[in-house]
Amino acid sequence: MSVKTLKMDGKDLSAREGDTILQVAEENNIYIPTLCHLDGLADVGACRLCVVEIKGRRGFQPACSTVIEEGMEVVTNSETLQKYRRLILELLFVEGNHVCAVCVSNRHCDLQDLAVKVGMNYTRLAYRAPVRDMDLSHERFGFDGNRCVLCTRCVRVCDEIEGAHTWDVRGRGIEASVITDLDQPWGESLTCTSCGKCVQVCPTGALFQKGKSAAEMVKQATFVTYLKSMRESKK
Amino acid sequence: MAVKSLRAAPPSDDKRWLLVNAAMRRYGYQPDALIEALHTVQESFGYIDPQALRFVADSLNVPLSHAYGVATFYHFFSLKKLGRHSCVICTGTACYIKGSGELLHAIEEKFGVADGETSDDGELSILTARCLGACGLAPAAVLDSEVMPKQTAEEIVTLIEEALRNGKS
Amino acid sequence: MESHELDELAARERTRQGDYHHQIGVCVGSGCASSRSPQIRAALEAEAKKHGHACRVKGVGCMGLCGAGPMVSVDDDEVLYQHVSESDATRIYAGLEKGEPVEDLVIANDTPFFTKQVRVVRRNAGKIDPDRIEDYIAEGGYSALRKALTEMTPEEVIDEVRTSGLRGRGGAGYPTGLKWSTVSKMKSPQKYVICNGDEGDPGAFMDRSVMESDPHLILEGMAIAGYAIGATQGYIYVRAEYPLAIERLKNAIKQARKYELLGENIFGTDFDFSIEIRLGAGAFVCGEETALIASIEGKRGSPRPRPPYPAESGLWGKPTLINNVETFANITAIIEKGSAWFSSIGTEKSTGTKIFALSGKITNIGLIEVPMGISLGEIIYDIGGGIPDGHEFKAVQTGGPSGGCIPAVHLEVSVDYESLKALGSIMGSGGMIVMDDTASMVEVAHYFMEFSKSESCGKCIPCRVGTAQMYDLLALIISGEATSADLQLLEDLCEMVRDTSLCGLGQSAPNPVLSTLRYFREEYEALLVDAKPVEAK
Repeated sequence: MSVKTLKMDGKDLSAREGDTILQVAEENNIYIPTLCHLDGLADVGACRLCVVEIKGRRGFQPACSTVIEEGMEVVTNSETLQKYRRLILELLFVEGNHVCAVCVSNRHCDLQDLAVKVGMNYTRLAYRAPVRDMDLSHERFGFDGNRCVLCTRCVRVCDEIEGAHTWDVRGRGIEASVITDLDQPWGESLTCTSCGKCVQVCPTGALFQKGKSAAEMVKQATFVTYLKSMRESKK
Repeated sequence: MAVKSLRAAPPSDDKRWLLVNAAMRRYGYQPDALIEALHTVQESFGYIDPQALRFVADSLNVPLSHAYGVATFYHFFSLKKLGRHSCVICTGTACYIKGSGELLHAIEEKFGVADGETSDDGELSILTARCLGACGLAPAAVLDSEVMPKQTAEEIVTLIEEALRNGKS
Repeated sequence: MESHELDELAARERTRQGDYHHQIGVCVGSGCASSRSPQIRAALEAEAKKHGHACRVKGVGCMGLCGAGPMVSVDDDEVLYQHVSESDATRIYAGLEKGEPVEDLVIANDTPFFTKQVRVVRRNAGKIDPDRIEDYIAEGGYSALRKALTEMTPEEVIDEVRTSGLRGRGGAGYPTGLKWSTVSKMKSPQKYVICNGDEGDPGAFMDRSVMESDPHLILEGMAIAGYAIGATQGYIYVRAEYPLAIERLKNAIKQARKYELLGENIFGTDFDFSIEIRLGAGAFVCGEETALIASIEGKRGSPRPRPPYPAESGLWGKPTLINNVETFANITAIIEKGSAWFSSIGTEKSTGTKIFALSGKITNIGLIEVPMGISLGEIIYDIGGGIPDGHEFKAVQTGGPSGGCIPAVHLEVSVDYESLKALGSIMGSGGMIVMDDTASMVEVAHYFMEFSKSESCGKCIPCRVGTAQMYDLLALIISGEATSADLQLLEDLCEMVRDTSLCGLGQSAPNPVLSTLRYFREEYEALLVDAKPVEAK
């Protein structure tokens, strides 16, 4: 495997061929915010929080799915990027109904952490206040659409790791939402194995274990890389 | 080793399922036949209901939620039964500039049916299209699959009234 | 078919057509067809029958003046009739016999609308019956494919396309030769050619017309592309909203297969090429290459990040060439007449012609094909005949929801990729919507934002939520309740959505707002509650 050299935020770095900008940044303790990315799942480049500037390229590229090249010069945290990331987070906060104080994931929520790290503490945007349903039909888990950010981690873990593909996305644009099977109550799904992987990878309190009250839901998603490597070694 | 896979059985002995099945067979029951199959369902039954989605998904070995996701992504597909008469108003730019909004407004005022809705008695559905490509005939409407060129609010209301009165669709 | 058989077939067909005293063409394009042109054709056929078939009545492709439809042509375009109805059949036939055209139906064909056009892609429209491959062959059809297969190497074909300067007609204007050469260099036993017929811009119907009027032109261009890049399978992705185009293409593929102009060992060479049709289902975003590929694979039409580009990893992971309908339709002329001839039309960087769909508040509504570099004013006033009902020209919108509005002060602009971009619009696929002095530009921006909002696939946040927020802000401004802070917020959102969205739909969704703000800012400001008083100069 050959080694590539590149510049990130002015620092000269070397990295493995085929690595993404995000991987190189993490190895070198450079923080790039992410939301839809999760180690072990295929990247979709959807949340756009990890976009960076690359010298000589038009526009901005997602760090999670852009592979490094020899001599690349990357800027991960310019003033423009900070402004854009704040605005993207504002969009997320006004899209759903996020009330941290009563949320099971309060203080253990990726969205909340991002807001703190990126410095988003108020919004100029109008809250959309959509009417969204809860699905409490599953015996062990619950889904609260108000807190869903449509990162599709649940869809991907269910498809790529569990292999059930119970979750998917219905509709499109601002009307899109996650569904189970034919948009049926989760508890009636015949494809769901009740493994709970979707709950563990969900970055917010949208998917949770029943019986948890505010701030009690702590999630653990490291199993994804473990399962992935175990399954690959068996092939 | 050749594995003979079991094909999903049609939901009923309605002959129209044979058409749907034939469309899927043409593609060797591969997952990429999904959109084509949904087109055939919509053409044959007028809309796509859950049992049709289940049959198609099972036949093509596609996850249910994936089939549902595809069917709801594309606006050409309808998961609701349409009214006996349907009127599509083109809202493409040329039609917009020439007043398609007024057509929709007049129809809603007269019949109480807005874009995407079907009247309570199941007689009339109002839909909009992104662009019929009939920009030379703007504003255009399609009433029961016939293109009605250069409409005014009064004209389209009269045409719909006639269609409803005549009963046939 | 073998090489020589093509010439024999063409000669036979020309002799057959020469036996007719007259040929009457009835437009069977979508526009005229919905104004009863099939019935008019039947009436004319009945009339011809009465007179012993000395006259051929044929369906022909779009003649361009859709607003004057149904249109009928006599002996190619010696005489053109407009607004024809079934009851005119007898008069038209009587006119033929007397040698005197029916005065009240005639439309002059020496007006700038016709004389200022240069027809390369639309050379057969109005002339051939799109349902007969023999008509196409009689006009020299499939001889470009034969030339490529029997006289040129794939590299020579690509060189010809590259030196012609042809650029993608779908909007962005990427050099076609470069795209072909990238895919040809990929090492893979399986490659694909895709023709993008998912024309979704509202107000654009160029590609539909080419598919309906001259389907073989597209098939032949695709086959040449397949030979050049090393692909044996092609797909045409067509919107389901275009039933007539789908029917004509299906029929054309069947005929081409019958004559072995598609299939195995074409012209006796070892080149095989097949084409299948795939239907869209009402999603504008599927015009984006990666979304289109997802759709052909039977999935939701959501774009994915590029790279990898389809040229490296496209349909089913294989190297894939995607060009739009009009791009493929230019290929046969380039192969046949040469790149030097092609690049002599247009400007240095934008060669050849472009088809535009003229609509909105303009006298001549329809399709035109003009050389690149023509001025916008010539299109609007000479070809388009100006603004009707005594109104003034205000702006023309090009590029649909991804484009922008160009105001009257820029009417002298040269219509080419770079000049339109410099004005904040884009060439786009060819929709030109003319607005007169009654149009509110804020409402135009609001209209396009509604479009982008409801066509957003919902995958990336900037486009999904950003377009909805921008739409709401525009509605607030129109309602007269917005402040200058809201306008500032709208501009901030525009920049962010443009710079961070995943695909072209989101990246260009702010364009209609940005371009109307650039030229008509005062219209926005006049609507604000804290509108600044106009400063004295």
